[in-house]
Amino acid sequence: MNQQSDDLRELYRELILDHARSPRHFGRLEHATHQAAGINPLCGDKLRLYLQVDADNRIEDTSFEGTGCAISVASASLLTDTIIGQPVDKAEAYFESITKRLTHGEPAELDQNLEKLRALDGVREFPSRVKCATLAWHALHSALNQQEEPATTE
Amino acid sequence: MTQAQAQLGASAEDWRKDFPILDQSVSGHALVYLDSAASAQQPQSVIDAVARYHQEDHANVHRGVHTLSHRATEAYEGARDKIRGFINASSRTEIVLTSGTTESINLVAQSFCRPRVGPGDKVLITHLEHHANIVPWQLVCEQTGAELVVAPIDDDGQLELEALRALLTDDVFILAMGHVSNALGTVNPVKEIIAEARQRDIPVLIDGAQGVPHMPIDVQDLDCDFYAFSGHKMFGPTGTGVLYARESLLDAMPPYQGGGDMILEVSFDGTIYNELPYKFEAGTPNISGVIGVGAAVDYLQSIGMERVAASEQVLHDYMVESLSEIDGMRLIGTAGNKTSVQSFLLDDIHSHDLGTILDHQGVAIRTGHHCAMPVMTRFGISGTARASVALYNNLDDVDRLVEALRKAQQIFA
Repeated sequence: MNQQSDDLRELYRELILDHARSPRHFGRLEHATHQAAGINPLCGDKLRLYLQVDADNRIEDTSFEGTGCAISVASASLLTDTIIGQPVDKAEAYFESITKRLTHGEPAELDQNLEKLRALDGVREFPSRVKCATLAWHALHSALNQQEEPATTE
Repeated sequence: MTQAQAQLGASAEDWRKDFPILDQSVSGHALVYLDSAASAQQPQSVIDAVARYHQEDHANVHRGVHTLSHRATEAYEGARDKIRGFINASSRTEIVLTSGTTESINLVAQSFCRPRVGPGDKVLITHLEHHANIVPWQLVCEQTGAELVVAPIDDDGQLELEALRALLTDDVFILAMGHVSNALGTVNPVKEIIAEARQRDIPVLIDGAQGVPHMPIDVQDLDCDFYAFSGHKMFGPTGTGVLYARESLLDAMPPYQGGGDMILEVSFDGTIYNELPYKFEAGTPNISGVIGVGAAVDYLQSIGMERVAASEQVLHDYMVESLSEIDGMRLIGTAGNKTSVQSFLLDDIHSHDLGTILDHQGVAIRTGHHCAMPVMTRFGISGTARASVALYNNLDDVDRLVEALRKAQQIFA
């Protein structure tokens, strides 16, 4: 019983609830150079991620919009906090390590910049919610690779 | 004893014991299963009938001269007879066995509609439909140039009957509508609507997936042309379904799929199709599943659908009342006549989060769009949490739901 309760508290940590209630960088980015939609067909949630990449291949600005559960919104919000100001190849590497960490439980070495994302680790106890946590990251991957089709977690 | 408890009586507790799956713990709590609208659980008698078939009688149907094939055929065709009686069709030739409601509707769309409609014709559905009663018609409209027309619903999730009447014009080829909304629980006045369509010679298909498990169904009394439903929502196995159709219509329809069992004689010059209903049943069917549906019919008839309906109404009303008492509760679907289902939103907690938190307290509900995205769009939301009761639920299940929702509010406070 307590173990179960702890799992829930682990999933809905204060940091997650904070980002879900007040998502950072929320809204449309006017001068986006890259963008992609992420769709979770299971629940119908949709979000769109915007990137503004400068001449040095650095993510100068980013934002997202859409609807989703606390986990997917918090993850998207944390993503924007994490990648802003980062070089594109680093953002792509973040996508790799976060999806591996959440999907396969691989204890991927976390860059100091990714420390905050440990808050998402709680989803590993909830297989049906891993897709919520990775949705925005798949959208990031699509946007960086300029894919036309919306990213899905399937 | 509360008034609701007195009305419910001891019968629901007895019925609950017939469903072994309910006697288990999930996340350290006794399971509360409130997702029967997605798939209902099976009584022991259904589980036993399917197991007995596999242990003693399995062989292909309609083919062998040997004993097992004969037994399998008897059991399979016996189930068809039971289903006929259950919905009071006039003949067993009108009972086509399919893989589910979805296939039943696709069969009508492709075999009845597609050869007969073209530009200028309309296919009329309603805003309440499940995707399975939308997409097959969209496909037919794309294939033929016919137009898909959608009858509106009001803010309670009820059909706007005047608007629907106005849409029943001579250019409507078929009206396809649900008996009970899977997303909102609204019970549509189908008998009245069928009568009005009949006056204009418009055939009517009823998607009865959510009707059959909860109320007595008499297709002759309804006077519908097609009635589609699934075995697994009425306490039978998955992968089973029924299409009831008037014999005169089935006679005039070309086969849906070609293959074995649906033919009398095959040569390379042509094929003579089998008689009804086999013309529409190509290939080896889901024999054990259909036998399970037959056992589910026996089970429901041993209780009586009138009693099932009365008991569930008490439960449903108690659920609606209990949910309404929670601060921050927004009920989605507030029609005057509802059964089994209640959709809702709580504070600004996303339904997916509610689903996880409830599951952690042993309470199983459905979350999301319920394969009815247009209904969600109508209410300006992306999804709901949905609790649905069946004959095996009790008042304690509803109390546990409420308690679990309050816990979710604490987490998100």
